[in-house]
Amino acid sequence: MTTRIGVVTFPGTLDDRDSLRAVRLAGAEPVSLWHRDKDLHQVDAVVLAGGFSYGDYLRAGAISRFSPVMETIIEQAKGGMPVLGICNGFQVLTEAHLLPGAMLRNNHLHFICRDQKLRVENAETAWTGDYTAGQEISVPLKNMDGRYTADERTLDELEAEGRVAFRYVVRGEAADGCGNPNGSLRDIAGITNAAGNVVGLMPHPEHAVEPLIGTGRTDGLPFFTSVLKKLVSA
Amino acid sequence: MARVVVDVMLKPEILDPQGQAVQRALPRLGFDGIADVRQGKRFELEVEGPVDQAALDRIHKMAETFLANTVIEDFTVKVEA
Repeated sequence: MTTRIGVVTFPGTLDDRDSLRAVRLAGAEPVSLWHRDKDLHQVDAVVLAGGFSYGDYLRAGAISRFSPVMETIIEQAKGGMPVLGICNGFQVLTEAHLLPGAMLRNNHLHFICRDQKLRVENAETAWTGDYTAGQEISVPLKNMDGRYTADERTLDELEAEGRVAFRYVVRGEAADGCGNPNGSLRDIAGITNAAGNVVGLMPHPEHAVEPLIGTGRTDGLPFFTSVLKKLVSA
Repeated sequence: MARVVVDVMLKPEILDPQGQAVQRALPRLGFDGIADVRQGKRFELEVEGPVDQAALDRIHKMAETFLANTVIEDFTVKVEA
């Protein structure tokens, strides 16, 4: 049977089409999920795509976190279903407390849009198995509220348990895609929950899955092939 | 109807670049003597019925779960006369 991967559309989601496309290119069956629907339509995994759900009113991700579809996703994620939150999806996951910490306005207060170098720190999660630890990749980054924050104890715990999944590569000039783009604490770009099935990432792997667009590289595709392999072998 | 005000502020240890931007603009505009600015949010709730302890408890719960993100923000609830 084909693996079904759902992509949620909230009002204000922008990157659902690209995420559905990435799922298809990875070889899975993409399934559109609507935020008002509690039913996940038998999907095996879920992607919370980027954008500005509910206009980022109150706080980014704060209102969507209480949508009917999220009730089911929170429940299933706790049961082990793979969930990937990209950008706004990452914000939703922190607001839902599926991932620790919170996302704040970029330290320089500007919207930022550029190709970003990342280092894969954890290649054992449901969404990173097709990378190797220490590998450097380049994917687009575009956000206003991308400054990852948590208290020192939580940060230490994340580090100790290997739950920092991705870090911004900080080396050389910002113009070459290196550097911390938003003031994220400890250069954190992405984290995972303890079980490794829930992953949040600020930059956008779904925009780097075809050589003709984005960075011109396909560095983002392994996210989607990783989860596919994980599900097929499960 | 009674009004209840919920003030939400970033915790003191959280960097507030918006407040800093405002503070840096002040001397340029001729307003001196402000050592620090922090920017928060104020919610004015018009409450139906009496604002008794039960109502305040509900508002406290609302602030804690939704209006504020207690990972990064503190909040206060007060009844306005």
